Amino acid sequence: MNPLAESIGVTHYLIVGAVMFVTGAVCMATKRNALGVLMGIELVLNGANINFVAFGSEYLRPGAVGTGLDGQLIALFVIVLAAAEAAVALAITLNFYNNHATVDVDQADELKG
Amino acid sequence: MAEYLQSFLAPEWKWLAYLAAALIHCMLLNVVVAGGALIFIWLERKIAGRIQDRLGPTRVGGRFGWLQTLADGVKLIAKEDLMPAGADGLLFKIAPYVSFCASFCAYFALPFSDNWVAVRLNVAVFFIIAVLGLEVFGVILAGYASASKWSLFGAMREAAQVVSYEVPLGMCTVVPVVIAGTMDLVTIGQMQQGWFTNWFLLHDPFTFIIFWVYFTCATASVNRAPFDLAEAESELVAGFHTEYSGLRWSIFFMAEYGSMFAVSGLAAILFFGGWNGPLPLTQWLGMADSQNSLVIYLVNLLGLLNFLFKATFGVIFMMWVRWTLPRLRIDQVMTTCLKYCTPIAAAMFLGTTLWCYAFPAGWLLAPSQPLGEVREGWLTQPAAVDLKGPPEGAPTSRSVAEKNWDRHLATTVSAETRGTSLGASPIFQRPARSVATKEARP
Amino acid sequence: MIHWHSFFFLLFGLTACVFALAVVFTNNVVRMAFYLVLSLGATSGLFFLAGADFVGAMQLMIYVGGTLVLLVFGVMLTAQSPFISMKTRAGEWIASMVAGGLLLWVLLTAAFNVEEWRAVSAVPLTQQTTPGEGTEPGVETPVTAARLGLGLLGARVDRLEVVDAPEGAQSQVVAGLSGYLLPFEIVSVHLLVVLVGAAYLARPKKRMTTGPHGDTE
Repeated sequence: MNPLAESIGVTHYLIVGAVMFVTGAVCMATKRNALGVLMGIELVLNGANINFVAFGSEYLRPGAVGTGLDGQLIALFVIVLAAAEAAVALAITLNFYNNHATVDVDQADELKG
Repeated sequence: MAEYLQSFLAPEWKWLAYLAAALIHCMLLNVVVAGGALIFIWLERKIAGRIQDRLGPTRVGGRFGWLQTLADGVKLIAKEDLMPAGADGLLFKIAPYVSFCASFCAYFALPFSDNWVAVRLNVAVFFIIAVLGLEVFGVILAGYASASKWSLFGAMREAAQVVSYEVPLGMCTVVPVVIAGTMDLVTIGQMQQGWFTNWFLLHDPFTFIIFWVYFTCATASVNRAPFDLAEAESELVAGFHTEYSGLRWSIFFMAEYGSMFAVSGLAAILFFGGWNGPLPLTQWLGMADSQNSLVIYLVNLLGLLNFLFKATFGVIFMMWVRWTLPRLRIDQVMTTCLKYCTPIAAAMFLGTTLWCYAFPAGWLLAPSQPLGEVREGWLTQPAAVDLKGPPEGAPTSRSVAEKNWDRHLATTVSAETRGTSLGASPIFQRPARSVATKEARP
Repeated sequence: MIHWHSFFFLLFGLTACVFALAVVFTNNVVRMAFYLVLSLGATSGLFFLAGADFVGAMQLMIYVGGTLVLLVFGVMLTAQSPFISMKTRAGEWIASMVAGGLLLWVLLTAAFNVEEWRAVSAVPLTQQTTPGEGTEPGVETPVTAARLGLGLLGARVDRLEVVDAPEGAQSQVVAGLSGYLLPFEIVSVHLLVVLVGAAYLARPKKRMTTGPHGDTE
């Protein structure tokens, strides 16, 4: 019961954010499927969002300067921009699929010297 | 409720109170969703029968066949649990539950009477619309996991329909939010008390039209006829739930009826006054302003019955439309969304905003409570505030500033523009009865 | 004694992390998308726990309900054969694990080294957050999403400046640290550009299919 009784601070959120960020980075680095890379990008942005919301939360940092507005609004903008970028990335992936009949990023080597 | 239960427990067991409160809320909502599904399936068959000039179920459970759904449930449980050979096992099994969870979670923020809500969220409208849009995942997973090309296409089409209709649905729900000034459904309901003329439906003609657009989009968003391509395809080709039999199929349909009831309930609160009746009965009976907790409970119970009646009527209306209108093709569905619903919703939103700006105190009839005025804790124009930031440990300056602001408001800003001038727009006044309603929670 | 805030934080946090790891280690694309849905849904729960109601609901609606549906559509449209799996070579796995491990170590060290971030005494919502509290006893003034909307319109309600207001003047626009109006406008135009661009990029074109001779049709 002990871990369930301690109060949650910013550190806990930062840990979750770090794990998600690193997971997303590893996903971007290892996946061969272009959509897998896209999912990695989403994970990275979410890890960053968790950090923003944690620093901007009045629960976790009561009385600190800058809580309540900045973190949440920046997280909002990040979500919107991530959605926009996912749309464009997906359009590019579809184009690639239409031209090469595969989404394997290892096959995207026509510009290789 | 948790504080009430806590008073019975010893200090080190206080956490049990929250668990008990949460479980009670979940059980009550389950009764609404599951019991509602039971009743609505029977009601649908009766209404379908009557519209088609026949009787509907009449044998099981007496003359009206009201136990028919129970018999259907027993039959479904007894069916063989099939799974296609090439199906993705985990996704196939989990898809109905994803749909059901999305549909059930919408009830967390839906108030059934004055402050009778599981979680009183400040962003309740947004939350409900967001969560109802997650139902599409269950559909997509079901279509994919069935390992059948036709169910995949049916699922994709239905997902495209639901996702497209979220846009006008969102715009339609924003219109009552503009009128009310808050997304909190409890406050929106409280603002519509009194006569039926206080209902947002009758606030201005734009909101009246937007209710019909909302209803169309809501019907499309829960995949009811005439937008039920997914279900219809199973007659022609194959829908997303073709490979589902027995209890898994019934979970999908519990999700569908749950969503229907949720969007009808949302319409009831946003447009039809929620738990406030067409007539101010409780005021006539003298029960409205009582402090006696039993009387408050009875008033809220009456409101609950009122709300359930309105939401059920919305569901009946959807069933009526289903058995009257022919089904739309997918291109007609998309045309309706993009060429009709979205522009009309946008135009009506603009109209309502201009109306609220032009007639903040109402046009023909003044509303019983000032609309668009909800009290916030902060100010926009304090008298003396340090540039560095909010003064830590010096709340008195805020109170002086607040008194200054009140004086400023009283002397300079006229009553009509109090809620609407842009610089002062966030100055809201929550009516003092918010304190009284806190005790009204059971 | 269970502190429910901690319990739900652990629940959502573990769900988010475990399913994020599952995204990396699974090979089936549709399962990756499903695990990502669960992970982002748990992240939304974390946002609600941190008091960011609006951001949490927005995460559900836009990220989970929009972006991931888009992703799943993409997965379905680019499916080459029913359960295609493209495996990564072992060398790449080792390299990315090492790099990822180093990055994780750096981030965790930074997270644990600041003492003020470790814990906070549990103080309920209405006492902590509203700066205007204490002025009117008896009226609870919970935090709402209205200040986010005002921030987007340019009026920040937490950093206010003294503005000389002559007596009897109409209400003035409050100057302060400016809000987020400019980013709001930029993001709106950006979304328009993205909409047009993505629609143009994804327009139907002749699709190449590899026949037995590998030529285009």
